[in-house]
Amino acid sequence: MKSVGVSPIVRLACRCMARLIQIFALYVIFHGHYSPGGGFQGGALLAAAVILIRIGEGRPVSQVELSSSATLGIGSFGALLFGGVGLLALLGGGNFLQYDALPSFGLSPVGLHYWGILVIELGVALAVMAILVSIFDVLTEDDESEG
Amino acid sequence: MSSVIELLLYLLLIASALVAINVKDLLAAAVTTSVFSFVIAILFIEMGAVDVGFTEAVVGAGVLGVYFIMMILRTTRRTED
Repeated sequence: MKSVGVSPIVRLACRCMARLIQIFALYVIFHGHYSPGGGFQGGALLAAAVILIRIGEGRPVSQVELSSSATLGIGSFGALLFGGVGLLALLGGGNFLQYDALPSFGLSPVGLHYWGILVIELGVALAVMAILVSIFDVLTEDDESEG
Repeated sequence: MSSVIELLLYLLLIASALVAINVKDLLAAAVTTSVFSFVIAILFIEMGAVDVGFTEAVVGAGVLGVYFIMMILRTTRRTED
């Protein structure tokens, strides 16, 4: 992307909107038990916030927010979180993602469901956010190396 | 009253889809695709599928539109081969 002069109105709007979108995304993720929403929607909202900063503020500022080299690692970590909880339930003698077979740290089965679903939603959100931002980075990177 | 709004939304849906298919300008096609996604998200929510509508609004109208426009920026009007 060439660096063109961006108007201060656009930059300020992008900054404020990105923070608002991120707060709303966290609400969507953590309130997904009780209302529509959950990991995927919240992760997509987080990715939209990061992409908004990438567009409005340019590459150097947005790299501080979320580095391009870190996206694949964060996405893999999210997938690992999802699969790790499922495999932990499998090791505990249950089925894949059977929450009440998780090792209970003094929690009731209802509490195990609650925390297990929360951790899985976090993993999904991290994976979705990182991969959507990574797709955006691939689309916008300069392709001098490809000729 | 509600059914009138719904009918208007369906008409807007069909119109935006036809424009997105038939228009020559790629940027206009991308924007009308976003309009299509947003209208169908509203219709999903109206039909009671709030989860599906939410996903469609975020991904279809938000992120996918940005992807399309970024891809259009990398194309040229005429082929170089």
